Amino acid sequence: MEGGFIKFGKNLVTKDELLSFGHRACLGCGLAVTIRLALKVLGKDTIVGTPAGCWSGVGSMYPDTAWRVPWTQTLFENSAAVMSGVESGYRILMEKGRIPQRKINCVAIAGDGATNDIGVSALSGALERGHDFLYICLDNEAYMNTGIQRSSATPYGASTTTTPVGKFTAGQTTQKKNMIEIVAAHDIPYVASACPSYPFDLMNKVRKGADIKGPAYIHVLAPCPTGWRLPTDLTINIGRLAVETGVFPLYEVEYGRYKLNVDRPKLKPVEEYLKPQGRFRHLSEREIEKIQKRVNEQYAKLKAKVTASAA
Amino acid sequence: MSRRVALEGSFAAAEAAKMADVDIVAAYPITPQTHIVERLAEMVANGELKAGYIPVDSEHSAMSACSGASAAGARTFTATASQGFFLMHEVLYWVSAMNQPVVMAVCNRAVAPPQNIWADYSDAMTARDTGWIQLFAVNNQEVFDFILSGFRIGEDARVLLPVMVHLDGFTLTHVIEPVILPEQEEVDRFLPKYQHPFVLNPDKPMSYAVISSPDIYSETKKAQDVNLRQSKEVALQVWNEFGDVFGRYYLPIDRYRCEGAKTLLMTMGSLSETAKVAIDRKRARGEDVGLIILHLWRPFPFEELYQAVEDAELLIVFDRCISLGGPGGPPFSEVRSALFDRRKDIKVVGLVGALCGRNLSVEQFEEMIDRGREIAEKGSKEIFETIGIRG
Repeated sequence: MEGGFIKFGKNLVTKDELLSFGHRACLGCGLAVTIRLALKVLGKDTIVGTPAGCWSGVGSMYPDTAWRVPWTQTLFENSAAVMSGVESGYRILMEKGRIPQRKINCVAIAGDGATNDIGVSALSGALERGHDFLYICLDNEAYMNTGIQRSSATPYGASTTTTPVGKFTAGQTTQKKNMIEIVAAHDIPYVASACPSYPFDLMNKVRKGADIKGPAYIHVLAPCPTGWRLPTDLTINIGRLAVETGVFPLYEVEYGRYKLNVDRPKLKPVEEYLKPQGRFRHLSEREIEKIQKRVNEQYAKLKAKVTASAA
Repeated sequence: MSRRVALEGSFAAAEAAKMADVDIVAAYPITPQTHIVERLAEMVANGELKAGYIPVDSEHSAMSACSGASAAGARTFTATASQGFFLMHEVLYWVSAMNQPVVMAVCNRAVAPPQNIWADYSDAMTARDTGWIQLFAVNNQEVFDFILSGFRIGEDARVLLPVMVHLDGFTLTHVIEPVILPEQEEVDRFLPKYQHPFVLNPDKPMSYAVISSPDIYSETKKAQDVNLRQSKEVALQVWNEFGDVFGRYYLPIDRYRCEGAKTLLMTMGSLSETAKVAIDRKRARGEDVGLIILHLWRPFPFEELYQAVEDAELLIVFDRCISLGGPGGPPFSEVRSALFDRRKDIKVVGLVGALCGRNLSVEQFEEMIDRGREIAEKGSKEIFETIGIRG
């Protein structure tokens, strides 16, 4: 675990909660854990923009709000553009001496649909322009808020309400869009994958992403028991299995340098990750083999990038 | 001392944004808006204007970035036209409901297909329900004056609403006219530094645009409507002050040679100046005609309209926009609806023309007035007529 857990340890994490209790998240929501941990790291001097999605209704419904930092809802596709405006607005006002200089974390927190699909142009634009902001994608692998419709982040084989198990097709027929690599191709200072099952790793990455000058992107696999058809007490377990099977490797790309944060000598079989989830229950052994093969290939590709960029 | 310079409408718009000392410009290029954003980019590059220039990936992102910058407390400007305006549409509602006083120059252009780049109001009219203040400029001086006063009106603590200043693609954006530019000190006195009472501020954390249930949504929309309507009073005050400082006074509706006129023509935008010549010619022949020019489209100036048509028996509304399958161009149908209860004795006739930059001559305006009278007397087979259509 070289390089991990530098700044955060069990007793070093603040007890301040900037995401209040009483929000409306489902039991076992991976998003809620992630946002709670991220805000602990980001602290009070943070502005968050969140598009339409689970957290439109979960975090704030008039007259309540769970956000103890300034927060704005945005349109579905524009959180990156809005936060680029917030960041630029604050920067120029400081440059003009209209407001005192200070470090404010501008953070967009958006789901996989808002990131991979409808908001990809706004995100790509904001990354390319080099705004000093952090974008956290909370990937629960489908449009969960509207009732579990597939997105381009839905993994192959997963059944959703728009990729149902039918006579001719069974579940998602396409592969998960690799948003992390798409973002990494922008050559921004910091890109990482994270999972709330590895809280200190996640918090370290949020810290790094917020501190680094320029755009930073963290792609979080946030298990959704409701959409994944999973017992609510298995959220953390399933996240661990996603990492341990190589389905969702934890890694970071810092100034172009790839680093695996959790590198097990031997990956667990993907079946262990797929079996507990109802969304994969229809998969035949042949299909599981296919997924295993793909995971092996993808993992090998990633390791090759780690080796190549270390040289 | 003010100075008189030759400027195309685009440069007048950019000059106004510069003199307003905007903090953020976020824009995406589209013909015929490009000269505005090029000029602003040049000003930022030269240090003439200290602002953040955000060259965004789309008009949707342009308006989104403006929304974010405005939420951070920055004075914000953008410009667009036609298809770009449509791509922004979703965000337009957002910006007005969030009380973000963004100012935008809209270089009116027709809608594709057929693909085109020339002026009409098919883009502008789709924004009438978005909650923005909408002003239509007749010439380049008005482009400058409306943008400058637009910041003042929109940013007024009683208003806090975004403002669109409409200028005709090419006929204003690319045509050079004399424009009187004020001194910077005069502008600074007229337009105080932007101060929004509710910015995204870590010292005062608040949540914005939260979900509202049916219990509260109607009340928020009613409040928004009242706010927009009341902004007219503020506009009147601001324009009065503007006139005292700069010597040019504006009103929601301009009247031209309306004394004793039984027949009135209503126009918007740059063609109003052509219409003025037609009115002059008809007056010279002893005809009792006058012209009213609509500057303020939103909030709609009901009172001013009632006053303007008080003595008239016929109002011919000229529209540069076609409402497909509808009751005529939006200004015509709205004016007629506004007068329906008030004035049973006035006839309102709708004529549509000059779509996609097609020129209208003085003679055609004269003919339109004649045709309007004919329709008023004998009626028409159509709800509204389209001028100059072949075949």
